[in-house]
Amino acid sequence: MSGLEQLYQQIILDHAKARHGSPLQHYDGDGRTGESHQLNPVCGDEITLRAAVADGRVDAVSWDGAGCAISMASASVLTDLVQGVPRDEAITLVDAFREVMRSRGRIEADEEVLGDAAAFSGVSRFPARVKCAMLAWVALEESLLAANA
Amino acid sequence: MPVVATPATLTPSHAGLTDAEVHRIRNDFPILGTDVGGTPLVYLDSGATSQNPTSVMEAEQEFYEQRNAAVHRGAHSLAVDATDAYEDARAAVARFIGARTRELVWTSNATEGINLVAYAMSNASLGRGGAAAQRFAVGPGDSIVVTEMEHHANLIPWQELAARTGAELRFIPVDDDGALSLEAAAAVITGTTRIVAFSHASNVLGTINPVHELVALAQDVGALTLLDACQSVPHLPVDATSLDVDFLVFSGHKMLGPTGIGALYGRAELLDAMPPFLTGGSMITTVTMERAEYLPAPNRFEAGTQRISQAVALGAAANYLSETGMDRIEAWEGRLGALLVEGLSAIDGVRVLGPGAGVPRIGLAAFDVDGVHAHDVGQFLDDKGIAVRVGHHCAQPLHRRLGLTASTRASTYLYTTTDEVEAVLQAVAQVRPFFGAQ
Repeated sequence: MSGLEQLYQQIILDHAKARHGSPLQHYDGDGRTGESHQLNPVCGDEITLRAAVADGRVDAVSWDGAGCAISMASASVLTDLVQGVPRDEAITLVDAFREVMRSRGRIEADEEVLGDAAAFSGVSRFPARVKCAMLAWVALEESLLAANA
Repeated sequence: MPVVATPATLTPSHAGLTDAEVHRIRNDFPILGTDVGGTPLVYLDSGATSQNPTSVMEAEQEFYEQRNAAVHRGAHSLAVDATDAYEDARAAVARFIGARTRELVWTSNATEGINLVAYAMSNASLGRGGAAAQRFAVGPGDSIVVTEMEHHANLIPWQELAARTGAELRFIPVDDDGALSLEAAAAVITGTTRIVAFSHASNVLGTINPVHELVALAQDVGALTLLDACQSVPHLPVDATSLDVDFLVFSGHKMLGPTGIGALYGRAELLDAMPPFLTGGSMITTVTMERAEYLPAPNRFEAGTQRISQAVALGAAANYLSETGMDRIEAWEGRLGALLVEGLSAIDGVRVLGPGAGVPRIGLAAFDVDGVHAHDVGQFLDDKGIAVRVGHHCAQPLHRRLGLTASTRASTYLYTTTDEVEAVLQAVAQVRPFFGAQ
């Protein structure tokens, strides 16, 4: 695969269009919700993400966003990945993803742990795009903290 | 009324550079022969920063090897040599823009030049500079006018000046094509207006604004004018005196010079009456513990040890451009700009921002690819060795007006070939299929 194909794997291009979890939904379950707005001032990528936690698990994630294929696909993949996952485990997943993104290509994501998000491993070789991939994950992290407050 | 270009830019009086000349010129720019991950570099981001010819880099190195000393102080021979080199560069750059030598103030870049004027006006508004400086004072009831297409550098310093002084900030709107309307300008520039600040050539639209008409509107109401010439001085013959603006700013790194150096042109009588912005050493005559007297311009505005080697290198850059011929560069880039706009407009799903083909422009075109974010477009082009700018190009209000948050921008210079323009057109045509945009 060329560098470009490693970056834009088909699964990423598909998620960029499918946008699982978008648009933002009102939550009417029994859990507590938290919300986070993240903006990358360099390129204008933007996301508002809402997460609900019920019985210690991620009960719902939804978001509105505008941005590049990497940022939108990342939000979509993240939504699928953390649905129903214990809250603490979701935060561990954010940490694992961040470690891969910051590795400059040295750490390959564990597909067993990160699922479709492992497809973003190639992004870590493009430092200018790491923020794009991280945007939704940072928003989730903040939302989960807010939901717990 | 649509945008009216100045006569000099409508009809370049000379033939442009030839393909053979451009290929010879490229040999002077070592970086243009480099690769990006094994693919030859196609540099189409000169609107952000230009590349440097060997003569410019050598001028800076030679200064450090043979003439380096602090200027305007010290009696030793090296200091005299360094001062001569520094002032010769000022004369060369002033000549390059049709100004007198003492009308050219060194700055770090255009942004600093605009801030210098805005803060000098702020100081005048506080009474600094005495009665002679009152023509620069602004306050409640006064207005400051910019346009909706300005680079943030020519917007935010005025927002801040308005906030500090209580003056009102107004803007001349652009239409759906990104053009300024002179009727709208006439409604915005009124008797309360103290300064009109606007760009000569747009860094997003590539179009050339009607300087003479806007200056006339400002002069009719006694307002000062400041021209952001960042995208014109490097690419067209610019004569500050005949443009009849009060102030004009540009950056060295966009005109084959190094980073860290730019200039502010100001009419001599204005610079001599304007209070300083940065203060300290080298800009004074007599200093007591209580107060100081200031040198006349340009030194009044050059506090502290200056960017000497960068100034010397910028002088070399101005000489390189003059020897090549600004009218010939303008004609060559006008041709490249037309090729870009015609080629991009012909690609399915691609929209060029601003006026389309047939309107005079510099060698610059920003565009939107339907269904693909600008960052993804830029990444795709980078994979083919093509360097373009993506994002809002420091013009968020203009992008918002055109219904976008970001765009992709290709920009040329005297060393850009028609093959490179062809390469970006071919690559852009592949973008939507690659990303599966419908």
